[in-house]
Amino acid sequence: MTTIAVPYAAPLGSQQLEEEATQPKKLSMVVFSGDMDKALAAFVIATGAAASGAQVTMFFTFWGLKLVQRGKLAGRSLFGRMMGAMNRGGVEAVGPSRFNFLGVGRWLFKRMMKSHNVSSLAELRQMAADLGVRMIACQMSMDVMEIPREDLIPEVADVVGVATFIEQAQQSQTTLFI
Amino acid sequence: MLETKVDKVLDLKGLLCPVPVVKVSQAIKALPIGAVIEATATDPGVLADIPAWARSTGNEVLSIERQNKVITFRVKRVK
Repeated sequence: MTTIAVPYAAPLGSQQLEEEATQPKKLSMVVFSGDMDKALAAFVIATGAAASGAQVTMFFTFWGLKLVQRGKLAGRSLFGRMMGAMNRGGVEAVGPSRFNFLGVGRWLFKRMMKSHNVSSLAELRQMAADLGVRMIACQMSMDVMEIPREDLIPEVADVVGVATFIEQAQQSQTTLFI
Repeated sequence: MLETKVDKVLDLKGLLCPVPVVKVSQAIKALPIGAVIEATATDPGVLADIPAWARSTGNEVLSIERQNKVITFRVKRVK
């Protein structure tokens, strides 16, 4: 009969458990999509997690930047301006990922959300800020799309790179890519 | 049901996810430990979500019951 030695690490283990119990849980999220429906999911999860005591980081990158833009026309170069006009930022300008029909879907979705008493994206974003959700924006995407810092809402705490997000993600129990 | 002292009453009727949980969490932070909130809601999601929220935050659900479309619950601040 063989016995398998199980490493006994109770003192360290229990200490770790205690630390885990006392330290707040963390959730880190990449918000890549600029679609209205996906943004709704992102903000509902972020506010729900923050209300449940988690420290939440939302990293807005690429199309997701639209959700934290003020909605001015961005771009300096010819392509940048074209991009800005075709891809107008601002939480009111985003449409659903399906059935947008050149903006009709956006209008319809907003109406339906209102009639069912679901909070609007702007309300949810404000709620997230009030709950202490940390919103950060991707420097590289902002450079590519020629979005200046001044065009982001003041709730955005910082403009950062991938290493900052990874640092947060590695400390998180939950990570999401939306 | 045992009569407990209620420190704050919240009307969450008509509100949908995630607002009931957010409002409860905000209200409870403003109260001292041991305080009790009584809330009424119409979103059936709160039946699962309020107990889940309480488990995540370490607070206590004293009661949660549904009468027709209205759900009434009491939560106590423990942490």
